[in-house]
Amino acid sequence: MTTTAARATGTAEGFKPWARPEMAARLAQDIPEGWCVNLGIGIPLLVSNFVKGREVIFHSENGIIGMGGLQKPEELEPWLVNAGKQNVNLVTGASIVHHADSFALIRGGHIDLCVLGAFEVAANGDFANWTTSLTDGVPAVGGAMDLAVGAKRLWIIMDHTSKNGSPKLLERCALPLTAVKAVSRVYTNLAVIDVGPEGFEVVDMAPGLSMEALQAQTGAPLKRKAA
Amino acid sequence: MIDKRVKSIAEAMQGIKDGSTVMFGGFGAVGHPAHLIDGLIEQGAKDLTLVGNNAGTGRVEPLVRLLATGRVRKIICSFPRSAGSVVFDEMHKSGKLELELVPQGTLAERIRAAGAGIPAFYTATAYGTALGEGKEVREFNGRKYLLEQSIRADVALVEAWQADRWGNLTYKLSGRNFNPIMATAAELTIVQAQHIVELGALGPESIHTPGVYVNRVVHVPYGDPAPALVAATA
Repeated sequence: MTTTAARATGTAEGFKPWARPEMAARLAQDIPEGWCVNLGIGIPLLVSNFVKGREVIFHSENGIIGMGGLQKPEELEPWLVNAGKQNVNLVTGASIVHHADSFALIRGGHIDLCVLGAFEVAANGDFANWTTSLTDGVPAVGGAMDLAVGAKRLWIIMDHTSKNGSPKLLERCALPLTAVKAVSRVYTNLAVIDVGPEGFEVVDMAPGLSMEALQAQTGAPLKRKAA
Repeated sequence: MIDKRVKSIAEAMQGIKDGSTVMFGGFGAVGHPAHLIDGLIEQGAKDLTLVGNNAGTGRVEPLVRLLATGRVRKIICSFPRSAGSVVFDEMHKSGKLELELVPQGTLAERIRAAGAGIPAFYTATAYGTALGEGKEVREFNGRKYLLEQSIRADVALVEAWQADRWGNLTYKLSGRNFNPIMATAAELTIVQAQHIVELGALGPESIHTPGVYVNRVVHVPYGDPAPALVAATA
């Protein structure tokens, strides 16, 4: 399937997009020691597996500063859950605050980085990740809108295109927005792309992928980021 | 002598009027005062507005059974829909339950502000989104903010870990969540506590909620919330 897609988009024979752990590892490379980081549920949570050897403080919006990994059955502490309501551990040095303080930490700009998934990201930094429809079924929003505007930087990690191959990086979002002009960088299975003052700037690409092939799968103009 | 302890859940729930706004703590099952909500079902108040993070899952837990009674007019909530929120979905779709969807941090701050006597505040959260439509926008230092009004309640239902007769409280780990701010934002704050301790047993520096915010405490030593090792929701 990869080969077919590769031929169709003119990439080198044998080109393979980054797998999810590789995407998460690529993102984790860019997190320096000492940052306080909030990871959204799903793919973003994988990032925590790739910061070993650095002290990075993970925040969970239900009031945990210094979250560790998921609990093993023998460690069960039912009074500790993460934002996805999974049982988690604390790291040494962790603290607990109430919900208003936890979001003051977010809104007040004390979170260095938030990593979220998305349905769509626009060239001006708008993004959509909370609902595909405001009329069909009941949406839920949780903390995404607060994290998007409050964290010092917002990075998105997502597949470059939707399951049917349509671009998720666009001139303008079509879906209901989570926040305006909020995204600074996008990590996909094909590339690392900054949201610059004039639109998308390619920082890094999966090995074997051409700029033309990347552009063909992107719904807004790309340029190479100046070194 | 100040003694806020009451002997039963029925006594704790006395006097809640029809039409009340009722806040409840919890992030999912953790720190959620399920026994007091059961007491609210028994007590019978109707035409209620509920304020909390979630709208419950399955059909068994007290919050879901309260919704199913039809005595809740409206819920103010950040994450009503998750895997298994079947009763909320049914009630909302059929028009029997109004929803005010609020971003989680805005919900927390609206509650905190009420407890601190602040009627409204500006936040950048939800600016330019469907949840910001119709709200007053003001620019500060080149950035756009929405005016959000505080949420005061008639009743707050709180789950604590320890309580003394003054109503001083501690919370266990992430069981803290919305409980301390809700305790400050209601006319009547009712607490279910796992442990009742002697006055003086809680160190002054380790009390999370001072008793001045609390009206009634009932001892409910139910143990631990159900382990949550399930698929992620909110």
